[in-house]
Amino acid sequence: MTWLWSNLDRVGELMLVHLALSVPAIILSFVISVPIGWIAHRYRWTRGALLSLCALLYAIPSLALFIALPVITGLGLRSPLNLVIALTLYGIAVIVRTATDAFDSVDRDIRQSATAVGYSAAGRFWAVELPLAGPVLLSGLRVVIVSTVSLATVGAVIGVPSLGSLFTDGFQRGIQAEIITGIVATIVLALVLDWLSVVLGRVLMPWSRAKPTGARAASAAPAAEADAA
Amino acid sequence: MIEFRDVTKRYPDGTVAVAGVDIVIEPHSTTVLVGSSGSGKTTLLRMINRMVDPTHGQVLIDGEDVATVDPVQLRRGIGYVMQNSGLLPHRKVIDNVATVPLLRGEKRRAAYDRALELLDTVGLDRSLADKYPSQLSGGQQQRVGVARGLAVDPNILLMDEPFGAVDPIVRSELQQELLRLQGELGKTVVFVTHDIDEAFLLGDQVVIMQQGGKISQAASPAEILANPADAFVADFVGAERGKRALHVTELDGRRLVVDGDGRPAGVLAS
Ligand SMILES: Nc1ncnc2c1ncn2[C@@H]1O[C@H](COP(=O)(O)OP(=O)(O)O)[C@@H](O)[C@H]1O
Ligand SMILES: [Mg+2]
Repeated sequence: MTWLWSNLDRVGELMLVHLALSVPAIILSFVISVPIGWIAHRYRWTRGALLSLCALLYAIPSLALFIALPVITGLGLRSPLNLVIALTLYGIAVIVRTATDAFDSVDRDIRQSATAVGYSAAGRFWAVELPLAGPVLLSGLRVVIVSTVSLATVGAVIGVPSLGSLFTDGFQRGIQAEIITGIVATIVLALVLDWLSVVLGRVLMPWSRAKPTGARAASAAPAAEADAA
Repeated sequence: MIEFRDVTKRYPDGTVAVAGVDIVIEPHSTTVLVGSSGSGKTTLLRMINRMVDPTHGQVLIDGEDVATVDPVQLRRGIGYVMQNSGLLPHRKVIDNVATVPLLRGEKRRAAYDRALELLDTVGLDRSLADKYPSQLSGGQQQRVGVARGLAVDPNILLMDEPFGAVDPIVRSELQQELLRLQGELGKTVVFVTHDIDEAFLLGDQVVIMQQGGKISQAASPAEILANPADAFVADFVGAERGKRALHVTELDGRRLVVDGDGRPAGVLAS
């Protein structure tokens, strides 16, 4: 504890750095995965290839990717941008399948009925398919949030500062409190972001929590219908 | 007027869903397409609003081939009601009803006002406007579906088994409501069902379809009952089972119509 109090500034600073690495990667992987998932959903023949490709992406050892990326991007080995790109790639690997499932989960009848009342293909995507895919997309986003925040710590090994620096530093100097602080701070960060995404989901998708009065409505239906008629 | 001219639909997998159909649908009347599952009713219906395009033949609305009309614009001018309502689950009732007017660029205020009036029209309480579809009973959802179909005051209303998923009591109420509405509004209604009783109740013209998407008979209910075109039709309408062999009997000075099983079907109007 004394270690934490005397190093509060540094921990806070690393938390911000960690956020700056993981939040862009989370947003980027989400924004890139949604259209890929939609394509895999819409054009069945692309599905196998797209999903295998993404699974393959995930199989690349992270350390190897962190070291190979600078060669490909031409950025310096310690550039945080490399880490953001690598985290984005892993994020995509994690979420594309869920994004595909999300669009698959949209009821075919509802899609057809949207077409029947005169939505254009684009209008239907934004107004019907995307919002209805929302709950499943959110579940995918939550996994990406946790996995990205956790994976970002690996950057410390190649010298990109993050909360992971607390592990490496703690190991080298044998300060156990520092290691534990790093782990706890990473978990707290992941939980806070996860919580934020759930709140955002509630605000954007109030309908997903609308209590179906189904059971009650069904038994009361004949009476209600008689009233109405 | 809607006209099918020698219309065939063969799906890419080779299924012939509709084969060489000719029908004329008079304006301000109700035409019911009736047949067992897979007889091509939905396919036929969807060729009117171009959700399905025929592989042969033409569909004309007031003399204009629908193939020449932009499908999205066409659909925004035709009401469509389907089984399980097809309501958007993430939109409140009022937004569902106002969907098409808003798509057509109407002002929100005007579209909402009209949507509320439409809830009255279909016999729903205005307090339901702010609910989500999942919070309504099946029958209420179907009424919202009908209200949505009427929202742009279309000349044509397409209904695909709209009352197929509700229980018999509610169903019968919805049928009566539709008859009342149609009496007031006089739309050109094309209605799909697999229930011959529903077809006879609602249809000015009843089109009986059989497997392979062929029409067995298209005529008024009375004509079909009196002169079934073939054995298939006779069997389908139940005439051969004596179910519809109605006869008149007198009870307490009133003339009752009784069916083949001796059950009273109604009182003969004098
Ligand atoms: N998109 C499609 N692709 C291939 N076959 C189809 C398609 N839609 C319908 N069918 C087939 O066409 C036939 C008629 O279907 P449909 O018009 O839905 O009949 P109904 O509404 O009378 O049940 C059925 O055999 C059905 O399997
Ligand atoms: Mg059908």
